[in-house]
Amino acid sequence: MTHVLQSRWWSWGFRSAVMLYFLVLIVLPIAGVYGQSLSGSWAGLRDTLTEPLAWKAVVLTIKLALIATAINALLGTMAAWTLVRYRFPGRSLLNSLVDLPFALPTAVAGLMILLLLGPRSPVGQWAESLGFTILFHQPAIVVAMVFVTFPFVIRAVQPLLEELDRAEEEASYTLGASRAKTFFRVILPSMVPGIASGSMLAFSRALAEFGAVVLVAGNIPGRTMVASVYIYGEIESGNPAGATIVSVLLLTLSFAILWTVNHVQMRRNAG
Amino acid sequence: MRRLWIGLTTLVFALLLVTPLARIAIGAWDDGWSGFWDGLTRPEARHALWMTFLVVVVVTAVNALFGVMMAMYLVRAGWLGKRLKQLLNSIVDLPFAVSPVIGGLMIVLLLGPDTVIGSLLDPLGVKVVYAFPGMVIATLFVTFPLIVREVMPVLQEIGSQQEEAAATLGAYAWTTFWRVTWPSIRWSVIYGVVLTVARAIGEFGAVLVVSGNIMGKTQTATNLVYQDVENFNLTAANAVALVLAASSILLLLFMEWAKSRKERQA
Repeated sequence: MTHVLQSRWWSWGFRSAVMLYFLVLIVLPIAGVYGQSLSGSWAGLRDTLTEPLAWKAVVLTIKLALIATAINALLGTMAAWTLVRYRFPGRSLLNSLVDLPFALPTAVAGLMILLLLGPRSPVGQWAESLGFTILFHQPAIVVAMVFVTFPFVIRAVQPLLEELDRAEEEASYTLGASRAKTFFRVILPSMVPGIASGSMLAFSRALAEFGAVVLVAGNIPGRTMVASVYIYGEIESGNPAGATIVSVLLLTLSFAILWTVNHVQMRRNAG
Repeated sequence: MRRLWIGLTTLVFALLLVTPLARIAIGAWDDGWSGFWDGLTRPEARHALWMTFLVVVVVTAVNALFGVMMAMYLVRAGWLGKRLKQLLNSIVDLPFAVSPVIGGLMIVLLLGPDTVIGSLLDPLGVKVVYAFPGMVIATLFVTFPLIVREVMPVLQEIGSQQEEAAATLGAYAWTTFWRVTWPSIRWSVIYGVVLTVARAIGEFGAVLVVSGNIMGKTQTATNLVYQDVENFNLTAANAVALVLAASSILLLLFMEWAKSRKERQA
C-alpha cells in the first residue's frame, strides 16, 4: 500500500512538473508577446503599423525569403533526386553534408558568407567588375537565407523519392511515354508534397533568420534591414513596444505556415 | 543526364557548403599560428567559450529530462484527453517557428527588470535578464522541441504492449522504464541530445537579446564572433568561428553514426 501511494505521489509530481515546465517555458512567453501587443495603447499600435521602416522591413523579408525559397526548391529537388537515384563515389559524404547548415552556428555561417562575398574576395571583385556589390546588399541576404534553409527541401523530398514505386515509371515507359513526359506526369507529382512542405518550412525559417543575415546585410533601414534585425534594433534602442508588434506580425505568419504544414502532413498520413 | 545531375549537385554542394567552410579554415590562419592562437586565448574568447560550454551543459541536461518525459506523456498518458494531447502536440513545435530574436524578446518582456516577475526577483538579488539564467532559459526555449520530436515517433512505433506486460507482471514504473522503454528509445534520445547540443552551441539571436552581450560576463562564443566582426577583427572572429565550426562538424559526424545505430535498431 505504501508503495502504491508513493508511486502515485511520484507520478503526480512528475506530471505537474513537466506540464508546469512546458507551460512556463513555451506557452507563457508566446502568450506574453501577444498579450503585450494588445495591451499597448492604440496610438502606439497605429504608430508602429504606419511606421514605414517597419513595413519596409517586413515586406523586404517576405520578398527575399520567397526568392531564397524558390532557389532552394529548385536546388533541393535536384539534390534530392541525385542523392536518391544515382550511386556515385562521394554520395554518402554529400548526403551527410546536407545537414551541415543545421549543425553550424548561424553566426559562423554569416561570417563565412561575409568572407566569401566581401569586396576583396574573388567573387566580390568579379561582381564589382560587373557593376554591382553583393555584400551588404540584398543578394547577400538571399545567399545567407539559401544557406541556412538548404536542408529542408532535400530532407522532405528524399523519403518520397525512395518510396516511389519504380513499376509506375516503367509502366509509363512501356506505354510509350518519353522521359520528359514520364518525369512531369509520374515522378514530379509524387515529389510535389515534399517540395511544398519543405519549401514552406524553409520559408518560415528564412523569415525568422537572424544570425547569418545580421552579419552580411549591412542593415540599412528601409533598404537591407530585415524584420528580425529591425526587431533587434528596436529592443536595443529601448522601444520594446515597436519590437513586439512587428514580432506578432512575423509570429502569426510563421505559425500559420507551421500549422498548414502539419495539417497537410496529417491528412497525407491519414489518407 | 546522369553525369549532368551528379555534376551539378556536386557543384552546388561544393560552392554552397564546402567553400565557405574552407574559407573559415584559411581565414583563421591569416596572421599565422600566433594570430589564431591569440584570437582563441584572449581572455574574452576563453570566457565566451566557457559560457557557451556552461549553457550547453545545463540546457542539454534539463531538456533531455523534460523532453523525454514530455514525449512519454504525449504518446502514452491516459490522463490527458485526446484533444488536449493534440493541442499540446502542436504547441511543442512552436519554438521552431519563432525567430530567435523574438524568443529573446519574449523573455525580456516576461522577466526583464521592468516587469512584475523581474521586480519581484530583483530585491532577492536574482538577475535573470542580462545574466546567466536568462541565457539558459532562452536556449531552453529554442531547443525544447528537438528531443521530444525525436523520441515521440519511436514511442509510437514500439507500442505500449511490452510496457503493459511488464507492469502486469508487477514491475514498478521505474523498472519498466529502464528495462523495457529505455533500451528501445536510447538511440533516439542520444540523437536528440546531439541535435540539442549543436543547436545550443549555435544559438545566437535569442542569447544576444537576453544576455545584453556584456564582454567577459555574459558573452557566448557566437556572440563574440558577431562582436569581432562588428569591430573588424576578422582574424580573431575566424579563430573562434573555426572552433565552433569544428565542433559542429564533429557533432555532425556523431549524428550520422547515431542515425545509423538508430536505424539498425529499428
